[in-house]
Amino acid sequence: MASTPAYYGFWHHLGRLLLRLGAWLVLLFLILPILVIVPLSFNVEPFFSFTEGMLTLQPEAYSLRWYEQVFSDPRWRLAIRNSFIIGLFATALATVLGTCAALGLARADMPMRRLITALLLSPMIVPLIITAAGMFFFYSSLGLAGTHLGVILAHAALGTPFVVITVTAALTGFDYSLARAALGLGATPWRMFFDIIVPLIRPGVISGALFAFITSFDEVVVILFLAGPQQRTIPRQMFSGLREQINPSILAIATLLILFSIALLVTIELLRRRAARLRLAPAD
Amino acid sequence: MPSRSALLHALTAGEARQAAVVRRRKRLLALAFVLPLLLFILLSFVVPIGSMLWRSLYHPAVAEMIPHTLVELRQWDGQGLPGEPALQRFVEELYALNRERQSGRLAEEFNRAYAGMSSVVKSTARRLGRLDEPALATEGVATLLDSHANWRKPELWRAIERAGRVYTYDYYLTALDLEVDAEQGLRVRQDTQIYLQLYAKTLKLALVITLLCALLGYPLAYYLASLPEHRANLLLVLVLLPFWTSLLVRTTAWIALLQTNGVINTLLTGSGLLDQPLEMLYTSFATVVAMTHILLPFMILPLYSVMRGIDPSYLRAALSLGARPLPAFARIYFPMTLPGLSAGTLLVFIISVGYYITPALVGGTDGQMISNIIAFHMQRSNNWELAAALGSLLLALILLLYWLYDRLVGAGNIRLG
Repeated sequence: MASTPAYYGFWHHLGRLLLRLGAWLVLLFLILPILVIVPLSFNVEPFFSFTEGMLTLQPEAYSLRWYEQVFSDPRWRLAIRNSFIIGLFATALATVLGTCAALGLARADMPMRRLITALLLSPMIVPLIITAAGMFFFYSSLGLAGTHLGVILAHAALGTPFVVITVTAALTGFDYSLARAALGLGATPWRMFFDIIVPLIRPGVISGALFAFITSFDEVVVILFLAGPQQRTIPRQMFSGLREQINPSILAIATLLILFSIALLVTIELLRRRAARLRLAPAD
Repeated sequence: MPSRSALLHALTAGEARQAAVVRRRKRLLALAFVLPLLLFILLSFVVPIGSMLWRSLYHPAVAEMIPHTLVELRQWDGQGLPGEPALQRFVEELYALNRERQSGRLAEEFNRAYAGMSSVVKSTARRLGRLDEPALATEGVATLLDSHANWRKPELWRAIERAGRVYTYDYYLTALDLEVDAEQGLRVRQDTQIYLQLYAKTLKLALVITLLCALLGYPLAYYLASLPEHRANLLLVLVLLPFWTSLLVRTTAWIALLQTNGVINTLLTGSGLLDQPLEMLYTSFATVVAMTHILLPFMILPLYSVMRGIDPSYLRAALSLGARPLPAFARIYFPMTLPGLSAGTLLVFIISVGYYITPALVGGTDGQMISNIIAFHMQRSNNWELAAALGSLLLALILLLYWLYDRLVGAGNIRLG
């Protein structure tokens, strides 16, 4: 610390030092396990550990063979395609329904708000194993188990709470006199909605959609119960890979997923800054 | 501003009625916005879970297979063997089931009610199958009683009568390691007791994970909150990246680290610290470490956002007035961070109690939690009713914790990102 007050004693300085050390150790604990995956995915040997050659940085100890294997294996290609198809459709459904519901919940005259909010947020709270078991029976009896539609509906249900939360957050502090002013000045309700409300909630909608997408993209318990071989997604394929035959192609796909989550993180951060700028508008 | 009721009193009856109509219309409009999602969640989520939980109480399978036997058994006082008519009905129904190749299902149901009955039912059904219809009426009961000693036991027939009840709470008794005994009534199950232990272990693991998250997360959040905002944001990326990284990726990372010939063991043996690699993967240790890593951001983020909002001048005032650092921290700063701490603690605890994937992949047999046994009964043993009973107990626990969370933190305060 550049400047410390005069009343800070020796023990205080020592305390700060220890705190800093501890904090960095925790940060390393958080980030190192993830970073370890990246070099391991270039291992030429089919192991999950560093070889002698890798540690001495010999080029022949590294290879892209696991990446080639991922992209040439039809099962991985199917999994990648499924993950995106299911994720995108589930996100679209969750975003539309969730945004609409958040607009209703934000209205002052909403009846039974507590009960309805609790119901709408429940997919986030109920343990996935219970959700998956329940959906398995019900969707099977409707013939939806083992279909893309069934998985998309299930994932959409899991994603909606995030959209409701982010859009509701974007609407808090919204000055409804703006909407009334627009209507009073002769705008149609649709025009008012698209010109006043949509720009305001857009960051919330987009970040809710990203949450919904990542929820579907990362979900595996419901897939385990509900999906057939044709609906296998990336996490499902990783799950069986880790259980049955561990080989570093899982590390290759994991590295790709890490890059993907970095991209998502950057997008969310940019959105948050934009939302913060929008909310800086003078209140009251 | 005058209250709504005061305003309404100032209106004439007609105006008040008009206001009520407008208000009702507004409420309906608000409801109309919410309705699509509400219906969707009810149909795709609430009803499926409800119907699964119903399964733990409503179990007509046995009653559908041997209805007439059960009618006769209800006449029986439970002492000695059931009367000839009951046994005769049972012989006929087992014979019919065997012809339709359904006796295997009955064997499975009986086996749940009375251990060891699976093979007995199957072999008896085969022996009865060799008789023809007239012989069945005369020799059926004798054949039944001869084929296995169990058929002469009154407790078996009592168990069958219980299993035949359409509405049952027996699966909850099993899930709580209890059983009903004819003489003593409700008692602790004699043959196997696994579920209470498993619940206790799940709670213990969740508690350990939560404590570890709090111990690791609190100092880090405190350190981040003491930094200037732009530096803190930079370091927060290191917290958010794991948060956004796929769960499977993080679990994979721990498998790579903890394996017998994985990264940590290679380092330890390579540097001469250890002669033998440690067995860390497939233990409850692996479950705890991996889940602490996965859930730590859920502790850090609420703590950080609360700590950011605390005015540092309180602590400075205490220190400049001569308080010693530790008491000042404990009495001034720590109480102000309690909302964040309780939010993070409850969140981590709630999530870890219901966790499935990570224990399934890294936990081995000793790191399994209650979710894993539910999945086992769903997928392997096909005892769906027991899975439903265990699941509803888990759900009740989660809802209780969530209610606590709502009381202490306020569910509306859930924030993301």
